Amino acid sequence: MSAPQSLSLQASDFELFDLPEQFQLDATALTQRWKALQAQTHPDKYVAADAASKRLAMQWSVRVNEAYQRLRQPITRGAYLAALLGHPVNAEDNTAMPAAFLMQQMEWREALDEAQGDVNGLNQLADDTNAAKKTYLQLAELAFDTDKDISRAVGAIRALMFIERFLKDVNQQLDALTP
Amino acid sequence: MALLQISEPGQSPDPHQRRIAVGIDLGTTHSLVASVRNGVAECLPDTAGRVILPSVVRYTGEGSGRQIGFDALAGQAADPANTISSVKRLMGRVRSDVHDVDNLPYKVLDTPGMASIDTCLGPKTPLEVSAELLATLRFRAEDSFDDDLFGAVITVPAYFDDAQRQATKDAAQLAGINVLRLINEPTAAAIAYGLDQASEGVFAVYDLGGGTFDISILRLSEGVFEVLATGGDSALGGDDYDRALAHLALQKAFADKAPVPESLSGEDKANLYAAARRCKEALSADGTHEATVSCPLDVGDCQATITRSAFAVATDHLTQRTLQAVRRALRDAGLEKSDIEGVVMVGGSTRMPVVRDAVANLFGQDPLTNLNPDEVVALGAAIQANQLAGNNTGDALLLLDVIPLSLGIETMGGLVERIVPRNSTIPTARAQDFTTFKDGQTALALHVVQGERDLVTDCRSLARFELRGIPPMAAGVARIRVSFTVDADGMLQVDAVETNSGVQAHIDVKPSYGLSDDQIADMLRDSYATAEADIKARAVVEARVDAERMILATQSALNADGDLLSDADRATIDTHMAAVEAAKTSDDAAHIEAVTKALATVTEPFAAARMNRGITQALAGKNLNAV
Repeated sequence: MSAPQSLSLQASDFELFDLPEQFQLDATALTQRWKALQAQTHPDKYVAADAASKRLAMQWSVRVNEAYQRLRQPITRGAYLAALLGHPVNAEDNTAMPAAFLMQQMEWREALDEAQGDVNGLNQLADDTNAAKKTYLQLAELAFDTDKDISRAVGAIRALMFIERFLKDVNQQLDALTP
Repeated sequence: MALLQISEPGQSPDPHQRRIAVGIDLGTTHSLVASVRNGVAECLPDTAGRVILPSVVRYTGEGSGRQIGFDALAGQAADPANTISSVKRLMGRVRSDVHDVDNLPYKVLDTPGMASIDTCLGPKTPLEVSAELLATLRFRAEDSFDDDLFGAVITVPAYFDDAQRQATKDAAQLAGINVLRLINEPTAAAIAYGLDQASEGVFAVYDLGGGTFDISILRLSEGVFEVLATGGDSALGGDDYDRALAHLALQKAFADKAPVPESLSGEDKANLYAAARRCKEALSADGTHEATVSCPLDVGDCQATITRSAFAVATDHLTQRTLQAVRRALRDAGLEKSDIEGVVMVGGSTRMPVVRDAVANLFGQDPLTNLNPDEVVALGAAIQANQLAGNNTGDALLLLDVIPLSLGIETMGGLVERIVPRNSTIPTARAQDFTTFKDGQTALALHVVQGERDLVTDCRSLARFELRGIPPMAAGVARIRVSFTVDADGMLQVDAVETNSGVQAHIDVKPSYGLSDDQIADMLRDSYATAEADIKARAVVEARVDAERMILATQSALNADGDLLSDADRATIDTHMAAVEAAKTSDDAAHIEAVTKALATVTEPFAAARMNRGITQALAGKNLNAV
């Protein structure tokens, strides 16, 4: 057995799940390892154990869930990876975006106002936004994994954050309309 | 050294060492207790052979002062004011939170922190009433096994918030029950169902009980029960269908002179709702298309024939509310209706054809009803209890559940900053940084809320606390990191620390009713469950139990991973174990606690080394499989 080196709570998400440090991700492997790690660390396994083991189990289980949540979503995974590689996204402080992207956003916002109460219009808008999301995900993967151009990858991640927020608004309106 | 038992703590070689662990379904209308015996989960019956305990407590002031279950139910019509049913609706709630509170046959008092009930024996809290039910089930289990209870898994609606969960835990403590875990009702049902049918895939559990509605979407694979999303309404259930039906019957019987139920006397209300429930049950029988509500009232007899379709129309708004929650849960899980392998129906109220038809219609498939919807939650809880107590030697099951409602903090302008989003897998911890907004500000008030709305006033307030002693700084310079930790019971703990100065504050989020340990001790002293038990003797017993647990846990850790220790470390642990062993016979609780704590301290590095080995093995095992 080639045992991996001993892990600490400070190990990176990728190290913890023994996955390559890249944007592209094997989702099946991620979920499998999540379950394997939870099977070891979940507090349910330590109900009859001593207090120290209980506390450790809680810490590890929380840590494993945190890493799983972050790696599972491409946007949080991308932001985390960028920070690991020394390019924090700083979404709050830095909202500057290319003009073309902002134009696109404004068009979508207008379309959302016009589609008020119109299920078909909203669904169309959701489809368009999802298509744009897919494009930016591909751009992020190319920049991170192939070109190793992290600042370009960060740009794609920030665009995805905008898109995600907009999608949420579209879905909220759709929710309000579906009885 | 003597030969040690060479089994893990749970794999008790001696049947007498088996820990008695039960699952308890503390329901709105009835409660059950179940346990795994000879590998099979079964509900435990009372001496009359009945497994159901009506969740009804009647305070009489005679004899023991109370009747519980069927006896209380029998007295309800004659004495509605002192007969408490559906107490689950009041758990962790203030009076103004309780839906339709004026329509309850008993008087609910507006007591601070949590509503209470005015009875002939004085005000009773929902905790005390629930504790009576829990204690009854505990005694039933202990009589069945002729042994003390090691612990119980108690089920709660998935949609219960922090205050309601805390209230349930406190009630169990009052009843003298060691809570192994609170688990969500639909998750418990999925365990019973999944293990019974050996199912794999994504399932929806639709759980409509007497007073609560839950929907959970779970993925079942290889013994792992992963909750993908959950939703519901903790104030919607079969009781509401009874009320809607009672309204309808009044309208039919008295036409436009119909009295509103609010204007009826407590006794009339109780009678009318009981008649409505009987009518509802009759309408749920196969082939029945109409049934009557028949009930004498002060204002004249209420006689009305109700058809199935009229009942469906009168209750459609309730059914639709459940379907809306189902749709949202599907969206939260990122799934389509067609992704659902099967729909499991749980809760007595899913016997109503209107509900079954609506669910079948939504999913485009007939729901699964092959397990008794009344028992399935208790059975699943029993399986999990058996597992947690370490009795299960077979395949381990792993439960990965989520929190039902987002947790957040109040920010400027009464808005909610969400910190833990709903449907996060538990246990979980999240942190967020805040700052001061005034120059020289030395304290920060934190208001913890739960809910999905953006305004604080629309969410449930869980706790308020203050971080004090922040060194004066310019506005915006302080960095206050607020951490939320949600444990495997779904209970929240909040910490705040100013990271420049290290000033800290910590709170176990006890809901606003926040029973102090003293209050709990007082209630324990008063309670029926432990009337004869002297608190001091209890402390010694508890200290001994803890010591015994610590010895067992340490011993099994040594058996499994003793090779991790140096001879010197091993000798230290052995010495401390011997000290605990010796102290166990003492009558000094403080002394027993002290040596137990010392053993816990010296075993800490050992526990860390064991955890590391486990994780390393988990990844190594995964690598082998993956290749």
